[in-house]
Amino acid sequence: MTRGPTWFNITSLVLGFSFLYLPIVLLVIYSFNASRLVTVWGGFSTQWYVALLDNDQLLDAAWVTLRVAFASACIATVIGTLAALVLVRSGRFPGRTLFSGMIFAPLVMPEVILGLSLLLLFVAMEQTRGFWTVMLAHTTFASCYVAVVVQSRLVGFDKSMEEAAEDLGCPPVKTFFLITLPIILPGVIAGWMLAFTLSLDDLVIASFTTGPGATTLPMKIYSQVRLGVTPEINAVCTILVAFVTTGVIAASIATKRQQSQREKDERAAFGAEG
Amino acid sequence: MDQEQNTAPTRRTLGGWLLIAVPYLWLLILFLAPFLIVLKISLSEVAVAIPPYLPTFDLAEGWAGFTESLSQLSFENYIWLTEDDLYWKSYLSSVVIAGISTILTLLLGYPIAYGMARSPQAWRPTLLMLVILPFWTSFLIRVYAWIGILKNEGLLNQLLLFLGVIDEPLVILNTNIAVYIGIVYSYLPFLVLPLYASLERLDGSLLEAAEDLGCPPWKAFWNVTLPLSLPGVIAGCFLVFIPAVGEFVIPDLLGGSNTLMIGKTLWVEFFNNRDWPVSSAVAVILLLILVIPIVLFQNQQQKMSEKNG
Repeated sequence: MTRGPTWFNITSLVLGFSFLYLPIVLLVIYSFNASRLVTVWGGFSTQWYVALLDNDQLLDAAWVTLRVAFASACIATVIGTLAALVLVRSGRFPGRTLFSGMIFAPLVMPEVILGLSLLLLFVAMEQTRGFWTVMLAHTTFASCYVAVVVQSRLVGFDKSMEEAAEDLGCPPVKTFFLITLPIILPGVIAGWMLAFTLSLDDLVIASFTTGPGATTLPMKIYSQVRLGVTPEINAVCTILVAFVTTGVIAASIATKRQQSQREKDERAAFGAEG
Repeated sequence: MDQEQNTAPTRRTLGGWLLIAVPYLWLLILFLAPFLIVLKISLSEVAVAIPPYLPTFDLAEGWAGFTESLSQLSFENYIWLTEDDLYWKSYLSSVVIAGISTILTLLLGYPIAYGMARSPQAWRPTLLMLVILPFWTSFLIRVYAWIGILKNEGLLNQLLLFLGVIDEPLVILNTNIAVYIGIVYSYLPFLVLPLYASLERLDGSLLEAAEDLGCPPWKAFWNVTLPLSLPGVIAGCFLVFIPAVGEFVIPDLLGGSNTLMIGKTLWVEFFNNRDWPVSSAVAVILLLILVIPIVLFQNQQQKMSEKNG
C-alpha cells in the first residue's frame, strides 16, 4: 500500500488531526488572553500564569498530585513488570486464568466502579483516607497498564541470551538484571511514563479514594470547571499539557536514538565477524 | 490477549513462586477483594452510621460473625433499582449514547486510519505519534477544552455568527450532542490505532488484482478493504463502547441535567445521596451489563491472535 496519497486521504488526515488538536491549541492560546472573559480576545498577557504562583491551594494540589504520581508510577512499574514476567514466562500455574483476567479487566472497567470498590475496601480496612489510599489505588490500576506494555516487549524477546547466561551458571536474579531488564527497558520506561500520566490525569478514582488534605490537581480543576471556564484553569491546563507533551516527545526521541545506535552496533559486530 | 509460551514443565524454585505471588496477591487484595465487598454491600441496608450501611463486616468476629452477617443480606437494593425508573432509564440511555458515539467515532476514525495506512512510509511514525499524543494528555483537560468552544457565547458560535451561517447562537453545550462530541473526541485514538494496525497489514496486491480486473475503486474498497479491516473495526468499536458506557466526566461536564448516564447516576447516588448500598448495586448491574461486550471482545482478540500466530 505505498501509492501516493490521494486528495481524499490528505483531506481526511488534515480534518481528522485538526479535530484532535484544535481544541487543545485554542485552550493554550486563550490561556494567554488578557481579558477575563475567556471567549473574547483582549490581547496577549501572561498574567494568569503569574496569578498561579499566588494560588497556594492550586500549588498544594499540584504538589500532592506529583508525589502521588511519582510514588504510584514507581511501585506500579515494579508490580507491572513482575506481572508481565509471570504472564509470559511462568507457563501454567493454578489460577492463571484469574490472574490474566485481573490484569486485563481494569483496562476496560469503568473508573466509577474501580473507585467505588477501592473506597469500600479502604473503609472496610478502616484506613484513614488520604495520600496513601490514592497512591495505592493508582498503583493498582496503573500496574495493569504497565503489565500490558512490558508484556508486548517480552513477547518478541529472544530467549537464547538468557539461556546462555543460565547455562554459564548465572543465577536467575542476576540474569534478570544483566540481560532481561536492559532489553525490555524501553517497555519498562514507557510503562512508568504511562503510569505517571494516568495518575496525573485521574479524577474519578482519586475523588473516591481521597480524604481530607489530599486534594489532587484534577480534583481541584474539576471543582473550578464546574463553576465556569476561567483563564487560570486554561493556564494550569497549558502547563500540564506542555509538561506531558515534552516528556513523551523526549522519550520517543531517546528510544529512537537508542534503537538506531543498537542497530549500528549490531551491524558493526556482524561486519567484524565477516 | 493471553500469551502462553509453553515452557517445559518447570520445576519452580522458591523464587519462581515468589515472582508469581507478589503481583497475584496485590491484585487479589486491591482488585478482586474490593469487588466482593461491593457485592456484599449491595446486599446490605442503608443506615445512618459511619460507614453508612448495615450489617458491617467485622473480621474480628470470625466465621460466626461472617455467617451471621450473611443471613442479614437482602436483595432490597436490587428490587429498588427495578422500581425507580431513573436507574433503568440511565442504563438504557448510557448504552444508547455509547452506541451512537461509537458509530460516530467509527465514521470519523475510519478515514483517518485509512489515510494513515495509505500515506507514504516516511510519514507514518509521525502520524502515529500524532494520534497517540492526545491519549497522553489529560482526559479532563480535553473535555474542558470543549466547554469554551461549545458554549452559547463560545468560539464555535462566534465563528458561525461571524460567517453568517446562523442568526442566533446554537445551544450545544449541556445537550446530548455535546456528550457525543466529547466521547468521539476523547476516544478517537482508541479506535484509530487498532484500525490503522489492521489496515496497514492489508495485502496491497489484492487491491491491485481487483483494479486489474476492472473493479472501480469504491467497489474494491467495499468488497476487499472493508471486509479485511473488519477485525480492526470490531476491536476499535469495543474499545470505545465499553469505557463510554460507564463514562462520568463527559456527561457531567458537557451534558445537561437531563442527560442520563449511569456513571453520573452512580456518582450522584454515592457523593450527594450518600447511599452506599444502592450505588454498590448500581455498580454490580453495570458490571454485569459490561461483562457481555468484554467477553465478546476477549474472544475476538483471542481469535485474532490465533490467526496471526
